[in-house]
Amino acid sequence: MIMLGSIHRVLARICAVFQSSDFDRDLQAEIDAHLNLLAEDHIRKGTPPEEAKRLARLELGGVSQLREAHREVRGLPFLDVFLQDLRYTFRILRRNAGFTLFTIAIVGLGVGASSTIFSVVNALLLRGLPFHDSEHLVWISNRADDGLKEWSVQVGHFLDLRDQTKSFSDLAAYATFSQPADAKMLINGELERLNSLQVSQNFFSFLGVSPQLGRSFSADECRWNGPHAGLLSYDTWKRRFASDPNIVGRAVTLNDASVTIVGVAPRTFDFATVFAPGNPIDIYLPMPLTQETNGWGNTLAVIGRLRPGITLQTARAEFQILSEQIQKQHPERNTLRPILTSLDQHVTGSLHNAFLILSGAVAMMMLIVCANVANLQLARSVTRQKEIAIRAAVGAGRRRLIRQLLTENVVLSLCGGLLGVILAIGGTRLLDGLRAFNIPLLSTVRMDVASLVFSVLLAALIGLLFGFIPALQVPSISVHDSLKDTSRASTGSKRHTWIHGGLVVSEIALACVLLVGAGLLARSFLKVLEQNLGFQPERVAALRIDPSNSYSTRVQRNTYFDEVLARTRSLPGISSAGLTDVLPLAGDRSWDVTAKGKVYARGHFPEGYIRIVSDGYLAAMGIPLRAGREFSERDTPSSEPVAMVNETLARTLWPGQNPLDQIVIGEGGSNPGRRVVGVVADVRHRALEQESGNELYFPTRQRDESGPVYLVVRTPLLPAALASTIRTALHLITPDLSGTEFKTLQQLVDKAVSPRRFVVVLLGGFSAFALILAALGIYAVISYSVNQRTAELGIRMALGASARDLQERIVLQTLRLAGLGMLLGSVAAWIFARTLASLLFGVTFTDPATFAAMLFVLTTAAALAGYFPSLRVSRIDPMAALRAN
Amino acid sequence: MENKADILQGTLDLMVLQTLAAMGPLHGYGIARRIEQISDESLKVNQGTIYLCLVRLMQKRWIKAEWGTSENNRKARFYSISKAGQKQLVAEAENWQRVSGTIGRLLQLKGAK
Repeated sequence: MIMLGSIHRVLARICAVFQSSDFDRDLQAEIDAHLNLLAEDHIRKGTPPEEAKRLARLELGGVSQLREAHREVRGLPFLDVFLQDLRYTFRILRRNAGFTLFTIAIVGLGVGASSTIFSVVNALLLRGLPFHDSEHLVWISNRADDGLKEWSVQVGHFLDLRDQTKSFSDLAAYATFSQPADAKMLINGELERLNSLQVSQNFFSFLGVSPQLGRSFSADECRWNGPHAGLLSYDTWKRRFASDPNIVGRAVTLNDASVTIVGVAPRTFDFATVFAPGNPIDIYLPMPLTQETNGWGNTLAVIGRLRPGITLQTARAEFQILSEQIQKQHPERNTLRPILTSLDQHVTGSLHNAFLILSGAVAMMMLIVCANVANLQLARSVTRQKEIAIRAAVGAGRRRLIRQLLTENVVLSLCGGLLGVILAIGGTRLLDGLRAFNIPLLSTVRMDVASLVFSVLLAALIGLLFGFIPALQVPSISVHDSLKDTSRASTGSKRHTWIHGGLVVSEIALACVLLVGAGLLARSFLKVLEQNLGFQPERVAALRIDPSNSYSTRVQRNTYFDEVLARTRSLPGISSAGLTDVLPLAGDRSWDVTAKGKVYARGHFPEGYIRIVSDGYLAAMGIPLRAGREFSERDTPSSEPVAMVNETLARTLWPGQNPLDQIVIGEGGSNPGRRVVGVVADVRHRALEQESGNELYFPTRQRDESGPVYLVVRTPLLPAALASTIRTALHLITPDLSGTEFKTLQQLVDKAVSPRRFVVVLLGGFSAFALILAALGIYAVISYSVNQRTAELGIRMALGASARDLQERIVLQTLRLAGLGMLLGSVAAWIFARTLASLLFGVTFTDPATFAAMLFVLTTAAALAGYFPSLRVSRIDPMAALRAN
Repeated sequence: MENKADILQGTLDLMVLQTLAAMGPLHGYGIARRIEQISDESLKVNQGTIYLCLVRLMQKRWIKAEWGTSENNRKARFYSISKAGQKQLVAEAENWQRVSGTIGRLLQLKGAK
């Protein structure tokens, strides 16, 4: 009963806050009636009417107090006050539209940038991989002979490890040899090139992924020559098969064979975003783990799931012992030196540093935003002193005033936060769209609850923080002094100047750190782009033209290649054309490569990257020939086996000797080898930042390859314009060319540098914003101080100082502040820059040129920001300034 | 002024409820007068306080209000007790009896010493 009454009361009180005027009107009517009745009673007792009214008012008590008390009893005083504060806040903010918009804009940009970076860091580093129980997953690779590179694992080793391990509950694998667009699928009579991936039978269940439709592969399908089965990615199912719900069981033609679709992967499963960023997989195929595939060599990327309670350390020790035993039992197999890293580490480890730095950068930017807001608040609080004093004079309590100021600031920064959230949603969408980027998990970046909470908390924190600055001034305001316009002479102004100066110095210092960091990364980026790639990617395009499986003999295939090259070269706008089996920056493979007549210890064979190319390839790619000759169409199966080496391989195999006419063996120890006919320049094939390594070229016509064949063309025209011309020209001999696989080499280069560009663009953006904010901060402080010092400047001018002198003084004062900021900033930058070391290329973290350039930029910005307000000095009329005193 | 209105909030609630239960609908002034008369003017309430009590009881839905015409033909707001109010009155009255009985006995105890 009493409970119910209380509940009714709480609800009624909340409602009452919003119906305050109704209640007030009713109460007034009741008071009037009351006074009337009371007065009439007195009159009846014989009191004169005037006296009766006076007595009535006396007995009722103070009407305005009653009204206040009534409001308090019926409503919720704090809510009431809050709404009042809010209304007042909006009025104040509207009146200072410029200040309001500026603050909202900078807080918004700051929060937006912070939340975007937070979302990325959350997706990449905090949230963990999108697999079941992902923290127990371990990446298992195979250390190469050179001790640096990582190889894949041979099937036999994989099977033995899986059988014998006690540390892992299971191992799964996928094949690393698949090339983009490997799979030719005939869909509705049209040929499409798809990215396929061969996976072990348990791959999906191992990762905790269950197909959206159908099932995963059966044991039968994973036999050698078992029934052909395929599992579509969600995207492919949706795009190419119009989300056909009856897809399971349907047969499609894949690589000229009939393949049954057994299932569709769920939408949430994105293999590429974790394991191969930028190369989405369209169809999964079973990888037979048999004697036959064992013969293919190192083919598997292996993932293990640790048993509960087993540490990575234990598993490493176990694999060390196991691998030694297995190798002893199987000397015929490739070497096995397992490297175990947590899958997390494998996927995002290399980005850790970059994102740590970006987080640091965004935090610094946020600090500059805060310093800027604080500066504005401080300047504003001086002009508001009078308003606050008036409110204090008419009875506003100190707490009430502080509350009002806090409300104002929290509202302001929450508006900024709202803008920030909108910007961050846009930002994360943008990142999500960057699928071509070489950064794992980028497609899983989105504004989630965590990011939202982060933004709102950040905004609220800024609001509270900067509400306190003016709020702290409240007690110091003396009503009397403030109302008597003597603010100019107030003793507080010295402290203000000091705080202003401190804020500006810290803004400049922070901007300096950001600029130096961005500068160093930008220089590295430029250095990377300037790298001599060994080929010229501009105006080169590649199209995949694998010979059809119906060409069964080498002669038929070579005729096809001759025909393709002849037709392409006859097209207008083609300056050269050639064939290759692998494009730079888009995959690689290495074999043992030895010089005939030399003996190498097992496990110490030199290694070389193999390229199988035709005549015209060097010209098309722009790879310089250093000595000897290029392959020609006369290098056929019936002619002498020949090869070309790059300069590095020549040095490796025949140091100090002429490599021409030497015999190189790159196709197995039993092979008679090939005569070296040419030496070509090194090509940066793996990454722009990496040396080429040993490279060995074989002529296309002397090899039987089932792998991909790319037609590479150089043209003075825009490569994209050529796609359809070439396809039309080749249509007669190979009708099944797909249009999607025409790519320019520039695209490959762009993709290879995309992570670096990503970091540079973000950091560059942050530091540009920081520079602008710092300049605005200086501008605001100097113009404020010029305003405050009008009288002083007027006196100086009256005493004979010229406007020029005073302007110089002001600019010098600005530069003094800037100089102190830059000094602190440079020291901080020098300390922080060493964390950048791992991201730098071609510059040291103390690069003097970068430091000098950034200091120059900052000095210029500071001088300009001080110069413009100083112009006001020339407008000061000394007489007016003195009279105003 | 300060001291004489110092009666417990709950007591005033009880007095208003009881007055309305006994006298039927009354306006604010009427309630104030009645309570003063009953207490022989010894308990002189600051009459404005009655309105704070009334709005509180209204919000608890123990009383209802209706605009009507007073005895001198003026618009006035008449309050009456609701069903929930009547129940509350019974409970409160019992409570009051118990408390005042206890206090009375306690005071006697002190007197006997």
